[in-house]
Amino acid sequence: MTHDFPRMTGTAFTPEWIDGKIVNFSAAERRASSLSGRRSVKKEWQAAWLLKAITCMDLTTLAGDDTPGRVRRLCAKARRPVRGDILEALGVEGITTGAVCVYPTMVSHAVKALEGSNIPVASVATGFPAGLTPLPTRLAEIRYAVEQGAREIDIVITREHVLTGNWQALYDEICAMREACGEAHLKAILATGDLQTLTNVYKASMIAMQAGSDFIKTSTGKESVNATLPVSLTMLRALRDFKDLSGQIVGFKPAGGISTAKNAIAWQVLIKEELGSRWLHNDLFRIGASSLLGDIERQLEHHITGRYSASNRHAMA
Amino acid sequence: MPSIKEIMETMEYGPAPESNTDVKRWLDSHSGGISHFINGKFVAPTGPMTDVINPADDSVIATLAKGTQDDVDAAVKAARAAFSKWSALPGYERAKYLYAIARHVQKRERFLSVLETMDNGKTIRETRDIDIPLVARHFYHHAGWAELLESEYPGFQPVGVCGQVIPWNFPLLMLAWKIAPALAAGNTVVLKPADLTPLTAQAFAEICVDVGLPAGVVNLVHGDGETGSLITGHDDVDKVAFTGSTAVGRMIRKQIAGSGKKLSLELGGKSPFIVFEDADLDAAIEGVVDAVWFNQGEVCCAGTRLIVQEGVAEQFFGKLDARLQKLRIGDPLDKTMDVGAVVSHTQLKRINALVKKGEEEGAVLHQWAAELPKKGSFCAPAFFTGTEPAHTVNETEIFGPIACTMTFRTPSEALEIANHSRYGLSASIWSQNIDRAIEAGAKVKAGIVWINATNLFDAGAAFGGYRESGFGREGAREGLHEYLVATSGKKGKPRSATPLEASVSPNLGKGELPEIDITAKMYIGGKQARADGGQSYNVMGKSGVIGQAALGNRKDVRNAVEAAAKAGGWSGVTAHNRAQILYYLAENMSQRRDEFAALLSASNGSSTKAATAEVEQTIRRCFWYAAQADKFDGAVHATKSKHVTLAMPEAWGVMGIVCPDEVPLLSMMSLILPSVAMGNRAVVIASQAHPLLASRLYQVLETSDVPAGVINLITGERDVLAKTLAEHDEVAALWYCGSNENVKMVEEASIGNLKAVWTDGGFERDWRDDSQGQGREFLRRATQIKTIWLPYGE
Repeated sequence: MTHDFPRMTGTAFTPEWIDGKIVNFSAAERRASSLSGRRSVKKEWQAAWLLKAITCMDLTTLAGDDTPGRVRRLCAKARRPVRGDILEALGVEGITTGAVCVYPTMVSHAVKALEGSNIPVASVATGFPAGLTPLPTRLAEIRYAVEQGAREIDIVITREHVLTGNWQALYDEICAMREACGEAHLKAILATGDLQTLTNVYKASMIAMQAGSDFIKTSTGKESVNATLPVSLTMLRALRDFKDLSGQIVGFKPAGGISTAKNAIAWQVLIKEELGSRWLHNDLFRIGASSLLGDIERQLEHHITGRYSASNRHAMA
Repeated sequence: MPSIKEIMETMEYGPAPESNTDVKRWLDSHSGGISHFINGKFVAPTGPMTDVINPADDSVIATLAKGTQDDVDAAVKAARAAFSKWSALPGYERAKYLYAIARHVQKRERFLSVLETMDNGKTIRETRDIDIPLVARHFYHHAGWAELLESEYPGFQPVGVCGQVIPWNFPLLMLAWKIAPALAAGNTVVLKPADLTPLTAQAFAEICVDVGLPAGVVNLVHGDGETGSLITGHDDVDKVAFTGSTAVGRMIRKQIAGSGKKLSLELGGKSPFIVFEDADLDAAIEGVVDAVWFNQGEVCCAGTRLIVQEGVAEQFFGKLDARLQKLRIGDPLDKTMDVGAVVSHTQLKRINALVKKGEEEGAVLHQWAAELPKKGSFCAPAFFTGTEPAHTVNETEIFGPIACTMTFRTPSEALEIANHSRYGLSASIWSQNIDRAIEAGAKVKAGIVWINATNLFDAGAAFGGYRESGFGREGAREGLHEYLVATSGKKGKPRSATPLEASVSPNLGKGELPEIDITAKMYIGGKQARADGGQSYNVMGKSGVIGQAALGNRKDVRNAVEAAAKAGGWSGVTAHNRAQILYYLAENMSQRRDEFAALLSASNGSSTKAATAEVEQTIRRCFWYAAQADKFDGAVHATKSKHVTLAMPEAWGVMGIVCPDEVPLLSMMSLILPSVAMGNRAVVIASQAHPLLASRLYQVLETSDVPAGVINLITGERDVLAKTLAEHDEVAALWYCGSNENVKMVEEASIGNLKAVWTDGGFERDWRDDSQGQGREFLRRATQIKTIWLPYGE
């Protein structure tokens, strides 16, 4: 889907939008846990939703042992995430993942491997995952990744600013990062597992959006707690409030720990219920995942054959 | 059907139907009609049958027999016959049956969920995730009580045969709430399911057979309200439990007045849902969904009066409208539906008429805007803005998916609005300020309070209301009391119903000048008060007239109740403070031992020894209740994880106390002390034969720092005054120790506000015996349980 809205610009630093805001944890937990019982997608609808999830996937490798060869293999999978015969049986074509997400030094390999596919390369940056290198270094890292051809930059925030309530510092930092991104879209990783409370998550989300984040993203995948539904619910509500307050539209990316088709649908349901179907397209929704695709492929094959599938029948990522 | 490609663009949900093949097969096998379950047997239906309709598509899914007098007689007889053996079983043996029922409910979970959905119209999501799991939980919990009954409830025994009538909104769950505690406590039951929703009860009866429950322990008689009244009114029923409308609750109260049947009522509500400006508004919005649009709004404890702080009201209503439009209404067997069909077209018409009325009265309706299914009794969920307290829809229980809204300026105004209701079932309070939330929880008049949550249920937390929402509790330790009675000692003589012949004119025939003539007055609002009628009556002692006492009338009762109502501060002082005053009362009474003893002797001819002993025991009783004042407290129940669930005994408020003539000082104080120890303000009608003790008592009250209005003493004709007191809508509870005939009178008179009435059936007690004249049962009766749910976590 093409953008039918302008790229968000952010707003001035507006702490009034978070003053006194407190998120009720138990209510968020209740909402998140009851939702999966309230909605269900079956048969063709399930297949369609899972295919949609693939198109929203940032197929990711962020490991110390990444090599150009590893990245090429991942990119091949991004171009052709589902076996051709399965797609044919489902009556769809041209399914690719939403992006490929790698470390900055891997960007050029990914760009090359994806040439002609129009699949964007996303790069983590800013001292991922802890983000505690000096700011000039972090900004330089963004510029490097952009120069290498990354069209999306997944930055990490300085958790200290949130944990000590230094919202101005958080705002200034992300503004500088957005500037460094230029045309590339900025996804702000809040590392919600480190922020702990939903109130922190809400406030950090709101400030990150004020500072011009095109996406807000839950986790690096390296915190002890990854994307959870209550955290995502809180971020989605912040995103909705931001839209109401500023008129600007921001995307959402849960990442880490979403490894089953069932999980993916739970997130889609949450987004549809809280924001609406428009947010289920990949210009506003991404799932950061590495092992999710395999499970979705098996489910899709099962949908066609009625037999439970095995992972060795689907290409490796 | 859209293609996968198309669905990828629209991202719609698509149908997700739950299969009902097994249930249909079961219904086919019952095509001969659903009939009664009596003495372990399914009785072949006779007489005219009524249709059981699936409200989602108007199809007839079964036919139902209507219970007659003969059916009810047979069921009660079977229950009576089964009682002695069942109640004599060791708790462990009863526990095994309840455990087996719980297990079988779980094993048939899917079947029961689908059946309930088809019968009632509620969504499969709710029957599957809420109703049926709670049914199983209720039987597990009460299997535990059966096991523990003997050790946890010493001095109590089962009531006997219970007649139970349940509503159609949670058919199997209400059955569980009734049957599980009754059976755990050793009772046997005759239950009437709602005629609109009898099917899961039938399946339950089949489970009873499957687990080998002894015949007659559970009996089901189907039918409408007429059959229900045959059960509740049956002479051989010892206990009546009813869940349903306040109007029918009143009829039952009246029907069984004076019968000695124990009664618990769980009635209607118009519960407040308070949203403070510091609430997590998005959380509160979901709260409204769970409060008002849960179960099509057919929920007695639905938080249908949304009371929102003015500064955030507009924003809140905007968010609510957006959320409302996201609801999915349709086939309740579809797993993606939020709201199913209301139970019947009759109910739908009633809801629609009220909605129309609301609009006529000037409120603005915000309604779910999509199209309802063509077939079935579906109702578009909605809420009103601009509903004022005086609007019909704000006062009347709609029992449909419709909320009213009001705004407030300050926390105290929020509570004023919340408490300005005849009802008092539940309250939901939304604020992130702990002080504010807990204060509101403490001050709201409701039996169940949810802080930042709504409609949380658990077998381990008591459920039941204040005011015209009924009395008695279901679930938890508190609920079991409804199915137990104190193992009584020897019954006393019946009290006389002979009215007082008040002699109010002069001409005593003979007389002598007392040292100084004494004017015995009444004591109202901390002041000695002459009778409103300006009359005194002669008080007869053992040897003639011993003085004159004020002859109170209905206006004196009115004044006393007014004074008691104003003395609300007493309920707020510390229990330690109340204890101190009771000790002080003992101290001051001790200084007047001889006076009281002499007056007792003069009044009823007690020997000096007996009179002295009565005074001494009265003083001891002051000590006992002073000791209990800060010790009779509540509990923290183990319900869900990350929830503190408090059970707080709260004072009723204004209590009426009607005293007997036997051991007049001790009996009067035995009634007053527990009442005021728990924070009530008492309006006391003193012994009509020995009223001078009351006028002596107020002199002690005056010197003991008892705040004005906490104890009000009226003298005069007992049952004339008792009637006024029983009728008074400001009086929340009444203890009556008069004659059996007038037990009926006060119970009938109590229906105005459905006050809780406790009597001793018109039989004298041995007040000197601590097991009859003192104890925790008095304290329990002086309080009602408020259950407060406090979820936590960050």
